[in-house]
Amino acid sequence: MRFTTTSMALALAGSTMLAGTAHAELTGDLKIFLDTSNPAPRATMEKMIGDFGALHPGLTIETTVIDREAYKTQIRNFLTADSPDVATWYAANRMTPYVSAGLFEDVSDLWAEPAIADNLASTKGAMTIDGKQWGVPYTYYQWGIYYRKDIYAELGLSEPTNFDEMKSNCQAIIDSGRACYTIGSKFLWTAGGWFDYLNMRTNGFDFHMDLAAGNVKWTDDRVRATFANWRELIDMGAFLENHQNYSWQEALPFMVNGEAAAYLMGNFAVAPLREAGLTDDQLDFYQFPAINPDVALAEDAPTDTFHIPANASNKEAAREFLRFAVSADVQTEINNGANLGQLPVNASASVDDDKFLNEGFEMLSSNSPGGVAQFFDRDYPAEMAAEAMQGLQEFMVIPDNLDDILNRLDKVQERVYK
Amino acid sequence: MSALDPAPESAKRSWYKRNEIAVTPWLFLAPAMLFFAFYVIWPIYQSIMISFYDWDGLGDATFVGMGNYVELMDDGAFEVSLWNNLKWLLFYLLAIPGGLFIALFLNQTVTGIRLYKSLFFFPFVISQVVVGLVFSWFYLPNEGLLNGVLALVGLGPINVLGDPTWATYGIIAAGLWPQTAYCMILYLTGLNAVDPEQIEAGRLDNAKGWKMLWYIIIPQLKPATFIAFVVTIIGALRSFDLISIMTNGGPFGQTRVLSFYMFEKALSEYGFRMGYGAAIAVVLFLIMLVFIAYFLWSMWKEEKGR
Repeated sequence: MRFTTTSMALALAGSTMLAGTAHAELTGDLKIFLDTSNPAPRATMEKMIGDFGALHPGLTIETTVIDREAYKTQIRNFLTADSPDVATWYAANRMTPYVSAGLFEDVSDLWAEPAIADNLASTKGAMTIDGKQWGVPYTYYQWGIYYRKDIYAELGLSEPTNFDEMKSNCQAIIDSGRACYTIGSKFLWTAGGWFDYLNMRTNGFDFHMDLAAGNVKWTDDRVRATFANWRELIDMGAFLENHQNYSWQEALPFMVNGEAAAYLMGNFAVAPLREAGLTDDQLDFYQFPAINPDVALAEDAPTDTFHIPANASNKEAAREFLRFAVSADVQTEINNGANLGQLPVNASASVDDDKFLNEGFEMLSSNSPGGVAQFFDRDYPAEMAAEAMQGLQEFMVIPDNLDDILNRLDKVQERVYK
Repeated sequence: MSALDPAPESAKRSWYKRNEIAVTPWLFLAPAMLFFAFYVIWPIYQSIMISFYDWDGLGDATFVGMGNYVELMDDGAFEVSLWNNLKWLLFYLLAIPGGLFIALFLNQTVTGIRLYKSLFFFPFVISQVVVGLVFSWFYLPNEGLLNGVLALVGLGPINVLGDPTWATYGIIAAGLWPQTAYCMILYLTGLNAVDPEQIEAGRLDNAKGWKMLWYIIIPQLKPATFIAFVVTIIGALRSFDLISIMTNGGPFGQTRVLSFYMFEKALSEYGFRMGYGAAIAVVLFLIMLVFIAYFLWSMWKEEKGR
């Protein structure tokens, strides 16, 4: 972990200014639960909390880091039983169960403050349920196609901008004995990413969200059109074979070894790909190409968030911590390449000088007119997402089962959205 | 006169002293019974109650009567889980003859038998998670050892865990490895207790080979067989870790069993249908109850026969 002195000074200066606006000196305990269990994010968060603690010496801060997967099930217990003051979670529909059970604190007052209202406007929608805001975002990241530039160069291909180019590129890659796209669908959500993009490119963002809201049936012809496009890719052999056996990490080596040319993934895939030995000359990024020219491009960009549980005991300190975590300098610092390596949500924060972060920031801020979705399993209600992702995996393995899958999803939809 | 004396004296003694013989066993049993009631009976009752509700574990529960069970009847995933449970029950029992065979083999006096024995003990000692991982690698479609061996004899690559028709059998095979070792341990102990005089008598009557095994040895191994049966049935019904590690229930849910499906519906990342999960648990409990009743009945018969 490397911190430049200037960025530290900046972070401190920024936060002192904020602390100046706070009412009184904060005291008592502040319990923070984090799901950032991977080493780099963990260190980043602990450093940030340390900085916050240095500003508020009267506060005793206790941080608990829980394994990311375990966190997803434990959150229900600790929100009801032994509530921390601040907890990490995810935006959009993933908040719904806790918001409707009254376990998250309404933080609309924070969003009314100009520092937050002006700078975080882009994610306000994702944090809003029933017209109120329930948390603040600390990071987000783009999704898109990461590809092997050297393989594309070898085959004389360029980044595709429409579906025909995507398919003809793919054919060339298949003819060279590789798979176009690596994917590991063992844990299902990766297939959700493909559906997100294919559906948003075929039918547009609004339609995609209508489907998420249960207003469109899965057997609708427009959804079928999405699957027809997907099937073209499957039938030509675009995807890595036996992908149902691999997790997303286990699918990485195929790209590193050059057995597959590209990967539709979130920006978090860059770090392991670089660690595996791919240089920035070999690795590049492009936006998922247009399929239907009539729909505006929309992107997936999942947002990770901080929340105050309704049963928190030190809500004043928790609010101060949220203000600190979303401030421009802190966002710049924690999202830089040496730390989270993701995009800051605060509009006044600056993006670290990293090729992929720059491209992603550029894409999300100027080339995503259709809108920004969270991700399949965050936009769709949990139960719908679980059933649907299983169906998507089944479709990718046995495309002929499509009718059966869609009928099943209609049935689940009727139950979930009643 | 003297015959009347004890009566007033016993009235003076405390209630406990008078009923000591009847009460003491129950006092010793009480802690176990309390724990059993609290950790087994009460949760069973709770599961049954919750299965009549629609509840996400956080908000209010709505009473739906038999609704969850009606939904189960029409649930394709439940049907798959039930069939898979049946496959587990049937094929897991292979561990018993397998364990017996290996135990007989290891019961010989050969140089280095201790080494072989410990090698066979090995799978029982390592964790199910490790077994699952090792077998996942073994089955890998391209790099796996299995397909390497199959290629040597000219058979095409098969993707055991990715193919819905094979995946469950693949996992059961992985589970059989430690389970066979366990049954083997039980039989090794049983073989120690085989009466040499009966074998001698059998020899005199010209019994050898299969006949010796079937008529002389196996009847004496009945207690070991019974325990192996109980443990294997319970192991088959509660199979969970291997499925979770090797396929996570996939491909597309085709390797689920009831316990895994219950976990998915009630406790996993996208689950939290507590009522529905409880209904699955109740079904699993009823299946177990059949076996538990059978075990209790045979133990009772054994006691009575003595």
